Amino acid sequence: MGIYGVLTRRNAIALLLSAELMINAVTINLVTFSRFSGGVTGQVFAVFTIALTVAEVVVGLAIVILFFRWRREIAVDSGNEFRH
Amino acid sequence: MTESLLFFVLAGLILVGAVRVVASRDLVRAVLWLGIVLVLTAALFLMLGAPFLAGIQLLLYTGGVITLMLFGVMLTRRHHEIGVRIDSSRRLPAALGSAALFGAMASAIFRTDLPAWSSSAPVPAIEIGRAFLTDHLVAFEVLSILLLAAMIGAIVLGRQRDFDDEPGPLFGKDGRP
Repeated sequence: MGIYGVLTRRNAIALLLSAELMINAVTINLVTFSRFSGGVTGQVFAVFTIALTVAEVVVGLAIVILFFRWRREIAVDSGNEFRH
Repeated sequence: MTESLLFFVLAGLILVGAVRVVASRDLVRAVLWLGIVLVLTAALFLMLGAPFLAGIQLLLYTGGVITLMLFGVMLTRRHHEIGVRIDSSRRLPAALGSAALFGAMASAIFRTDLPAWSSSAPVPAIEIGRAFLTDHLVAFEVLSILLLAAMIGAIVLGRQRDFDDEPGPLFGKDGRP
């Protein structure tokens, strides 16, 4: 089953896309282990994960677009001045 | 036998797609590769006896999320800039860190005593619905509230307003956008 876990090692660049990938891997793991334990709980939680991801994507994209309208670019480190 | 063969083919394809998502310089391509990965994952769910989840995955992800992502990418793209800048100085630490994480997860999974592979029939949607409304009712309601909050939040964030031409404060004096 380790192959499923391979998917979790993506990170960094297009952050939202990578987050999608990682959550996808989590969902696969949930479904697989629910298959092992033979219950329905794993699939229920997989549905939870998917719904959470959708919410995350909606809010994340809204923030990205807002940021773009503000700065005219979406490079992540151009928001560093938030720290000051 | 054919099942495990199919699994390895699917897993390999998913892996290739995932690499392409992260490595593509063109964001639109990355999004489309992500779509391919998600569709393949839906196929994997079918194999694992979760047809309901496969349907959800197809509808929500490839129908909704990919479209949203494409909109997001195209709305925020500047004309002269195609592709993503890749911070090469961070590549090695990132690779090392993710490999370490993968190793930890894989060893944890392999060391766990898993019960025998139960090749039971696919879980019908009706059982999932029943579980939602009995055992997991509270979580289900919280999830609905969360989705509502996300919707309202997206509307508030996306409301049209003037930013003039120069970067200004993101929030007004009263702390509201």
